[in-house]
Amino acid sequence: MSRYKKTFQNLSFLKEGCFVPFVVIGDPSLETSLKIIETLIESGADALELGIPFSDPLADGPTIQNASLRSLSKKNTFLKCFEVIKNIRNKYLNLPIGILLYANLIYNYGIKNFYDKCFQSGIDSVLIADVPIEEYSYFYKIANRYDIDSIFICPPDADNIFLSKLSLYAKGYIYLLSRSGVTGIEKEIISLSNVFINRVKKYNSLPLLQGFGIGNAIQIQRSLLSGTNGVICGSAIINIIEKNLNKEQKMIDEIKNFAVKLKKATKFVQS
Amino acid sequence: MTLLNPYFGKFGGMYVPQILMPALYQLEKNFVDAKKDPNFQKKFFDFLKNYAGRPTPLTLCNNLTKGTKTRIYLKREDLLHGGAHKTNQVLGQAMLAVKMKKKEIIAETGAGQHGVAAAIACALFNLKCKIYMGYKDIKRQSPNVFRMKLMGAEVISVENGSGTLKDACNEALRDWSRNYQKSHYMIGTAAGPHPYPTIVKEFQKMIGEEAKKQILEQENRLPDAIIACVGGGSNAIGIFSDFIDEKVNLIGVEPAGKGIETGKHGAPLTHGRTGIYFGMKSHLMQSQEGQIEKSWSVSAGLDFPSVGPEHSWLNSINRAKYVSVTDIEALEAFQILSKKEGIIPALESSHALAYALKLMYLYPKKEQVFIVNLSGRGDKDIFTVREILNKQEQKNESL
Repeated sequence: MSRYKKTFQNLSFLKEGCFVPFVVIGDPSLETSLKIIETLIESGADALELGIPFSDPLADGPTIQNASLRSLSKKNTFLKCFEVIKNIRNKYLNLPIGILLYANLIYNYGIKNFYDKCFQSGIDSVLIADVPIEEYSYFYKIANRYDIDSIFICPPDADNIFLSKLSLYAKGYIYLLSRSGVTGIEKEIISLSNVFINRVKKYNSLPLLQGFGIGNAIQIQRSLLSGTNGVICGSAIINIIEKNLNKEQKMIDEIKNFAVKLKKATKFVQS
Repeated sequence: MTLLNPYFGKFGGMYVPQILMPALYQLEKNFVDAKKDPNFQKKFFDFLKNYAGRPTPLTLCNNLTKGTKTRIYLKREDLLHGGAHKTNQVLGQAMLAVKMKKKEIIAETGAGQHGVAAAIACALFNLKCKIYMGYKDIKRQSPNVFRMKLMGAEVISVENGSGTLKDACNEALRDWSRNYQKSHYMIGTAAGPHPYPTIVKEFQKMIGEEAKKQILEQENRLPDAIIACVGGGSNAIGIFSDFIDEKVNLIGVEPAGKGIETGKHGAPLTHGRTGIYFGMKSHLMQSQEGQIEKSWSVSAGLDFPSVGPEHSWLNSINRAKYVSVTDIEALEAFQILSKKEGIIPALESSHALAYALKLMYLYPKKEQVFIVNLSGRGDKDIFTVREILNKQEQKNESL
């Protein structure tokens, strides 16, 4: 059974939502990044979504873009990012680990080499931010050969044709977008309608994780109430990193408190 | 499923976040309908003729070629309303936006020529206009920024990254992914995700059609070569389009900037490799790891690390030849054309002219006919050029 499957089964048994934090590897440095990731895990992360830094992350807002640029400014290489992942995998054998990156990094490394590297590093899933389902077939074929789950984005205005296509391709979980646009937290509390979630569930039996704009406990509870299985939270965590660039201990403490609060919100009993 | 083939050989495609796919499908569907719609076509050609000023002339450069057997013709897109070929395709895209009932245009610009053209079209069609421009380009192209604002456009300074066209493109795409329901993203060149490269070519192909007719009238034969500058590649694909099936050499000129060996250039076709960026698979300037590299050119309009996918394809099948010309060579051509023919070319077009002059000087006794696409006028560049020339003068005086 895959790590995702096991995790979602356990959470369902406990009646908890899944809390998935997202950070960019190497932000603000490889050493601190590793500490941040471990803090997130120890504070309750049920799975990880890790960003591989890219120079032109056009699906991301300024917060994640700056995190990528900070990481790249430290000369963190693609391969060093995989070393960090391998390190975490060796320590946390059952934790699902997904990576998010942009197509050119994969294409440049060689698609087959890339998925082989993912397999060797203990990665469970790959989300390619600038490859829609329509362009995915070649990546998909090789990902399957290495038993790596391909994660797809489901927009909030997805039609039935797309949902049906998604049901043929998606593995691991489905990344539900709260809204259109790029990543980043917003003041307004975004919730998806139960009608929409039920429509997605008609086509897909995979767990649904809501991402984009998630930054507090109320949003998490609303997401779970609308019928999702959990949330992905990135920019809000990266904001803490950005605010405390020169104060590592304060950064770690704040991330810890924040993660604990978010995980607690997923224990909200679903009606 | 797309209605048209999104690929040129192995290049092209639709490499965008999933959220943008419905917007691209909608655009493609409306473009295909518009192509078949005689009313749309009639209206488009009426705007080109009575608003933009087509056909543009084909001018023989008698003074420039004196003492040689070369005849250089200039396709005068500089005389088009707005001062560059960009006006052609924005009229078409603005009509598509109206057809799709979009109220707002998002655009990006480097040299400002596409920004000006977008602002023109938006004023004409009463559309709200937001233009993303790198902060460095805002500085080096201030006259065009003023023009855009005068015509009612909002110019948004892009501060992140290298502050040039590449970052403006990223920012425009981000805006579009949030606002696609009410906005049309008016890409300024024959690059980006399908269907943009096809749409831009379609709305620029009259450059080649006119040039073919005009050269046959004036020379009674086709030219030996068509020479055009290549940044994203819209003017080049426009003039190449009607000659692709003819026995005519097609030459695209990329900016070699401060010299290829310095790394400060914008020549992905000749000195980059295939990659995926800005919604397409094409040639790219990239690091060993696949991070997108900053490009460089004295001409802001050519300062882009990638190129339209059809050019990558034409290059891969050896149908077109791509070369590069340095900032210095382009600046020389800029001055020569101004002095000899009384035409101030855009710095972009100066690259194409510089290569034509190279070929002319190399074979002065050879009977050869070239058409250089003078994609725009150089008024916008005179301050940049003045600054460089002043610096050179000061340097010479201190020696």
